[in-house]
Amino acid sequence: MIEIRNLTKTFRSSTEGIEYVEALKNVSITINDGDIFGIIGMSGAGKSTLVRCINMLERPTDGTVLIDGVDLKKLSEKELRAARKNVTMIFQGFNLLMQRTCLKNITFPLELIGTPKAEARRRAMELLELVGLPDKAGAYPAQLSGGQQQRIAIARALATDPKILLCDEATSALDPATTSSILQLIKEINEKTGITVVVITHQMSVVEDICNRVAILDGGVVAEQGDVREVFSHPSSAAGRRLVYPESADNESPIIGGSNQKFLRIVFEGAASANAPLIADMAIDVGVRANIAAASTKQIGDHAYASLVLGVDSYSDLEKALEYLNSKPDVSAKEVHIND
Amino acid sequence: MIDSLFNGASWADAWRIIESEFLLATWETIYVTILSTAFAIIIGLPLGVLLVAGEKNGVLPLPAGLMKALNVIVNILRSVPFLILMILVFPLTRLVVGTVVGTPASIVPLVIAAFPFIARLVEGSLREVNPNTIEMAQSLGASPMQIIIRVMIPESVPSLISNGTIAITTILGYSAMSGIIGGGGLGKIAINYGYYRYKYVVMFAAVILLVVLVQVFQSLGTKMAIRSDKRLKH
Ligand SMILES: Nc1ncnc2c1ncn2[C@@H]1O[C@H](COP(=O)(O)OP(=O)(O)OP(=O)(O)O)[C@@H](O)[C@H]1O
Ligand SMILES: [Mg+2]
Repeated sequence: MIEIRNLTKTFRSSTEGIEYVEALKNVSITINDGDIFGIIGMSGAGKSTLVRCINMLERPTDGTVLIDGVDLKKLSEKELRAARKNVTMIFQGFNLLMQRTCLKNITFPLELIGTPKAEARRRAMELLELVGLPDKAGAYPAQLSGGQQQRIAIARALATDPKILLCDEATSALDPATTSSILQLIKEINEKTGITVVVITHQMSVVEDICNRVAILDGGVVAEQGDVREVFSHPSSAAGRRLVYPESADNESPIIGGSNQKFLRIVFEGAASANAPLIADMAIDVGVRANIAAASTKQIGDHAYASLVLGVDSYSDLEKALEYLNSKPDVSAKEVHIND
Repeated sequence: MIDSLFNGASWADAWRIIESEFLLATWETIYVTILSTAFAIIIGLPLGVLLVAGEKNGVLPLPAGLMKALNVIVNILRSVPFLILMILVFPLTRLVVGTVVGTPASIVPLVIAAFPFIARLVEGSLREVNPNTIEMAQSLGASPMQIIIRVMIPESVPSLISNGTIAITTILGYSAMSGIIGGGGLGKIAINYGYYRYKYVVMFAAVILLVVLVQVFQSLGTKMAIRSDKRLKH
């Protein structure tokens, strides 16, 4: 379990006029064993800083990171190096040793802990098999495609049998097809070994594809966190809505409707409600007339979501509408504030 | 000077000297160059590593004062002209070799002149290593020494070989210069026969041989650097 508590990281700024950059402010996140935990946010939100604080590549200014109850900040350099065998990392740029063969790249972390050569080699061959590149043992990284290089990097990260795998934008340099094959591999490894995975990304689709839980980071602050389905179907923060509904009406005034209208978002989950004339029924059943302010559909995991933003004329209409809609199967509705 | 090149007698004379002395002189030049380079690497390589690793953001930060001192020493040694340096290190040469003239004696000033140069070349090579690669090693729990020995140096081998070639060809040039104050080899022949005794054909022959040696070292080095580089798809 990774417990991040009140983590703050302040950098001395190199920009003139600004003395400090607060990359992380009071961040608290709990990541459970076996989670594939997504940390998503815009560029500069502090994602890389956060993940680098987990293995202490970056020393937090304040706050603690507990891994299975151990405060990494209190460890000596030597103990910290030992702890890092359990918390390994893959990177956007793969960071393979270019002068070593793939096999030798995978045995690298084993060399560091003095594993006997033959045993290291055997383990590396196993891992090459696991990542689907058993024939690349003798090849050099330059002879591999980006996706293959990331597979080697994954194998290397797994060599010491870590409990936690940190992925900082691990698929950002790859095309969509390769991205999804790498994500599938990570998911498979998670299912097979129970390894905890922390996935840093700025892409919604990555979180949707493999994560069970997510935290949205915005300007160094956790805007919201929770179950991926919950957060993505009902983002409660402005940052969350910007990510989940990038082109929705939340960020602009609705097409129809006055400025004193109330708004609610309906999310249809699955097919049960898709064929019902829901808005017409609502007008007939409870007498609430609504206008459509925005609409979008989205695939999250293996579920299809449709989302509508409706405008109604009064607070009492809003309450009636929420009650009515939430009573329908596979439909959920919440009030949204357009301008927050 | 040019006249002598068209004079049959001077050619015949030159040929006698070339026949009797060039083989030994060439050998002396080669072994002085190689030995000096080897000793200079033994000192310069670790020093170059320290110059990179010891920095504030390096993998093995050293006290700022020490780093400053190392840099100043390297800069001073690099800026003293080689001829002056040879004279300045006479006491050291006498201490180590027992004499200040002769071929073995010229190795001492060559090493003193070359190791700071090599340290700077090594520094340049190691700085080319991608910082992300070093961070990767840190994330896997590598110690500073492990990073230096298993990442920084092996990853910069092609660049180290290229720079080593620059070093050996430069030291070859210096070794010829050491002929002026008693060093042996082709440099001594060029100076003794060409400068003191006006036998320009001999001098040109010695110079041509030096050029050929530089060419040989350079093309061997370039080939090795390319062959060793696994970033190239070959
Ligand atoms: N070493 C540093 N020195 C100064 N400022 C830094 C340093 N590292 C990060 N920052 C600042 O901290 C903030 C967060 O950076 P970080 O790299 O964590 O963002 P990110 O979410 O990973 O962005 P991206 O998606 O672009 O990778 C930025 O404002 C950045 O400029
Ligand atoms: Mg980043």
